[in-house]
Order: sequence, then structure tokens, then C-alpha cells
Amino acid sequence: MKTLVWVEHDGKAVKDATLAVVTAASKLGEVHLLVAGSGVDAVAKEAAQIAGVGKVHVADNAAFDHNLPENVAPLVAELMASHDAFLAPATTTGKNIAPRVAALLDVMQISEILSVEGPKTFTRPIYAGNAIATVESSDAKLVLTVRGTAFDKAATSGGSGTVEAVGAGSDAGVSSFVGAEIAKQDRPELTSAKIIVSGGRALGSSEKYQEVIVPLADKLNAALGASRAAVDAGYVPNDYQVGQTGKIVAPQVYFAIGISGAIQHLAGMKDSKTVVAINKDEDAPIFQVADFGLVADLFSAVPDLTAKI
Amino acid sequence: MKILVPVKRVLDYNVKPRVKSDGTGVDLANVKMSMNPFDEIGIEEAIRLKEKGVATEVVAISVGPAKAQETLRTALAMGADRAILVQTDDDVEPLALAKIFKAIADAETPGLVILGKQAIDGDNNQTGQMLAALTGWAQGTFASAVNVEGDHVNVTREVDGGLETVKLKLPAIVTTDLRLNEPRYASLPNIMKAKSKPLDTKTPADYGVDTAPRVKTVKVSEPPVRSAGVKVADVDELVAKLKAMGVHS
Repeated sequence: MKTLVWVEHDGKAVKDATLAVVTAASKLGEVHLLVAGSGVDAVAKEAAQIAGVGKVHVADNAAFDHNLPENVAPLVAELMASHDAFLAPATTTGKNIAPRVAALLDVMQISEILSVEGPKTFTRPIYAGNAIATVESSDAKLVLTVRGTAFDKAATSGGSGTVEAVGAGSDAGVSSFVGAEIAKQDRPELTSAKIIVSGGRALGSSEKYQEVIVPLADKLNAALGASRAAVDAGYVPNDYQVGQTGKIVAPQVYFAIGISGAIQHLAGMKDSKTVVAINKDEDAPIFQVADFGLVADLFSAVPDLTAKI
Repeated sequence: MKILVPVKRVLDYNVKPRVKSDGTGVDLANVKMSMNPFDEIGIEEAIRLKEKGVATEVVAISVGPAKAQETLRTALAMGADRAILVQTDDDVEPLALAKIFKAIADAETPGLVILGKQAIDGDNNQTGQMLAALTGWAQGTFASAVNVEGDHVNVTREVDGGLETVKLKLPAIVTTDLRLNEPRYASLPNIMKAKSKPLDTKTPADYGVDTAPRVKTVKVSEPPVRSAGVKVADVDELVAKLKAMGVHS
């Protein structure tokens, strides 16, 4: 089987999310990559180094900048004439593009695969991870999005892919990019961080989040997260949200501070290797999934922890 | 401008899903069903656009069993003008849904179709993007703001790491994210009024769409359970445990 993997990049470098997708694709067959955008030579060269990569298709055209799906999907659909499976990371970019490709190919997409069980059989979460479905496609071609935390990352070196330019592509003329407000963070991204410190509604305010959660995260070089309750209460922006409707994370260590552990939050973090919970309510559901639970007032325990760790 | 809003009847988001013991799916017998929360946000946004004078009519659509009428009545009570039920007892996949919505869009010629970004049962996150592909229209997915200006719409999207704004030519497809708005509750008078609003019943065959599944569910199982670990007595014990794992500054 020949697979085509969407390379997520920022115009300068390959994003980590791509690497897990390469691993998933390699379980299906030959791995080809697609790098789309203008001035992406450096990205293509970097992508060719990823272990196990065969060909790197490069579509150099400004129409593909900002990943506009109206322009990108027809390009992918065209390349799929000579590939059997299209795989994209289950990031907001991948989720935006892949279904558009699938519909152009008249294929039913399989979203957020967790494992490859056979050439057309996969597992995927449904009901926010409260159930796992094993599904089998009957379509001639596959379109898949891949949950990054479910697959190991392919090595970023050792590969010797060949770079090949493909079709000029065109601007469909129905959409354009206006601007972005990307939160600039001098800390790891939530979805790729080794340690995450998350705060919940028990913090009571945005100030307390800054005062209690941020110093611990700073000390551990951790990403910052939050429960939906904390986001809804306005303590932090929405992109901090871990959970069913936010980000799905699986760090080495996850600190849940003042988070009760609603189903919707657990759905986003229960694959973390080690969970540390600090909550003053000893009956909080979070303790049922925590490896280390500390029943304590977070306003004194967390600064103490920050000082001693 | 007319706005179409597809809505799905799903297991209420406050109910914990239980996997059936025979592994065929999630038990939906005798449990509370509600409108998919993201679709509720879609209805709210459409109604707000109508209240602002941008939209003239809001049409709610549901593909599902006879009971999906209740979901449509909720949409009507919130403020949608009329509803279309495409009645089927089959579990219709996103691709077939998109084909049905495409046929309805051809007939209704809306300026916008607003869908939830995903339904909280299947978690597919596909239908809006697929409908955009089939119509050839632009798509603004995971929207946190929607501003119609003349012949285009600016959609602010929630993307990994922040927000981005795209400008889309109308007609266009929008899918909603959580922070787009907070849906209203239907008032009792509006619930009563909704009972007399028009609700058409159709079938997938009326739109020439084959709903036979492309993806077979082999089995549905419980996710691996995490078991509780230990409670530590104090911060010092926690620090010791963490340091033993190599977690320290």
C-alpha cells in the first residue's frame, strides 16, 4: 500500500505532530509525504530525513499557505490517484483538511485512529473516549486522521527520501487568510509537553491561576493546561483547555490542581503516564485516576511544592 | 439570506455512556437524549444572525429516527422558523449526511450552513468539511466568531495554539466551536409556539442518497481503565515520589 502523509509545518520546520502519523502510515505500507506551501524547500529537506520516508512530494505554491482547505484538498485528491491512503494528524489543520479530501474522493474518513489493526481495520475513540470502536473500511482508498499521542514518533533522522515537485495547484478563489493570533508561549505546547500543570475552578480567579499554577509550570518547564470549568470561568484562554472538547494530552506527568475530574476532563488526560492530583475534596473523582493524590488546600500545598521540587 | 442548521439527537452530554455487554455499541435504551451541544450553538448563532437582520430565515434539519422530531422542536422553540426531518432508523455516516445536506442546500440555496464541529457520540468531526467539498463552498471550521459582511463572511477559528481568521465567499459552511456563543433556553411560550411551526418529513431516498455504511463497526469496547494509585500524606512525600521519577526543576 502506498500512503500519503500530510506534513504539518510552519513554513520553516516540520511540526512534531507529523512524526506520529509517519509511524501510523508505516504500519500500512510505503510512506510518502506531502509538503505544501510557498518557499518550503527547507521543510521538504527536513521531511526527507524522517526515518522510513520514501518520497517527499513538494507543492510549492502560495495558494497552499495557511493550509486553506479549499485549495489544498483538491491537490491531495489529485495525488491520491497514485496513493492508497491519506493520513493527516488529528490537529486542527488535519481535521480541517482530511474530511474535505475524503468527500472529494467519495471515501468515508476514519477519524483519530488509535491503532492499526489490519490493512483496513483501526481502533478509534467514540463518546469522548468513553468507548473504543474497532472499525473496518470498505472503501477502495483510506482517509485517516491520527491521534498523535497513540503512536510513537518516527525518528527525525536516518531517512533518505527523494524530494519531488508536484502539480502547480491553484487558488480556488473562495477563501483567504486574514490573520492569526497565536498565543506566544515560551514553554512547551500542550500536546507535545512532557509535563503539564493544569488548574481548575477551585483556583477561583485568573490572578490565582497566575500566582499558583504558573510558577510550578515555570519551575518544571511544563505546559499550562486547564479544565473546561476554569476556561468557562475566564481564568485562562480556551486553548489551555484539556478535555473532551479541548485538547487530548498524554504527557509523562500530568498535574491536576483544583480539578474535580469531570468525565469531560478525564477524557482528555487519562492517557497520561503519571497523574498527580491535588484537591481538598478527598472524594473528588480525579483521585480515582491519580497515581499520586494529595488531599490538601492547593493555595498552600502548591507553592510549597513549587519551593521544594 | 437563509441559514440551514443541521442538528443531531445524541446521548445527553451529562450521561455517562455505557458500552453494551455484547460489544455492539453504546447502550441508548432508556437514557436521556438531547440536541448535540455543538448543534445547539449552531442554532443559536443562526438565530442571532437573524436577530441582527443578516439572516431572513433559519431552517433546522435533522437526519434520524422519528424521535429526532423532538430535537427539531427544540430548535424551533429556540427560534428556528421551520424544520426538515429526514427520517431513517439507520445510523447515517458523515459522508451520506453531507450528501443529504448537499441536496437540501441545492433546493434551499442558503447563504450559510452552520453545523456543529462534531457530534459528541461518533466524534467524527467530518460532516461540515465534507459538505463544503461537495458544494465547492468555502469552510470556516471550529468557529469562535462569525461576521457576515456583504458577500463574504469572516470566520475566526479556534486552532491549535490560538485563533486564526479567514475570509470566505458566500455561500459558505461554518462549523461551531464551544466559545462561539452560549445557547439560550427556550421559553415556555416559545415551546408552545414551536408546536405549530412547519416540520416537513422526508427520507434519504427523497434526496437520492444511499445511506449504506462504508465503515463497519467490528466491535465497541470499554477503554482501558486507570486505577487509582496512592494518596500521599503531604507535600514532602509528593516531592520525594516525584524526584524518584526524575521530576524536579
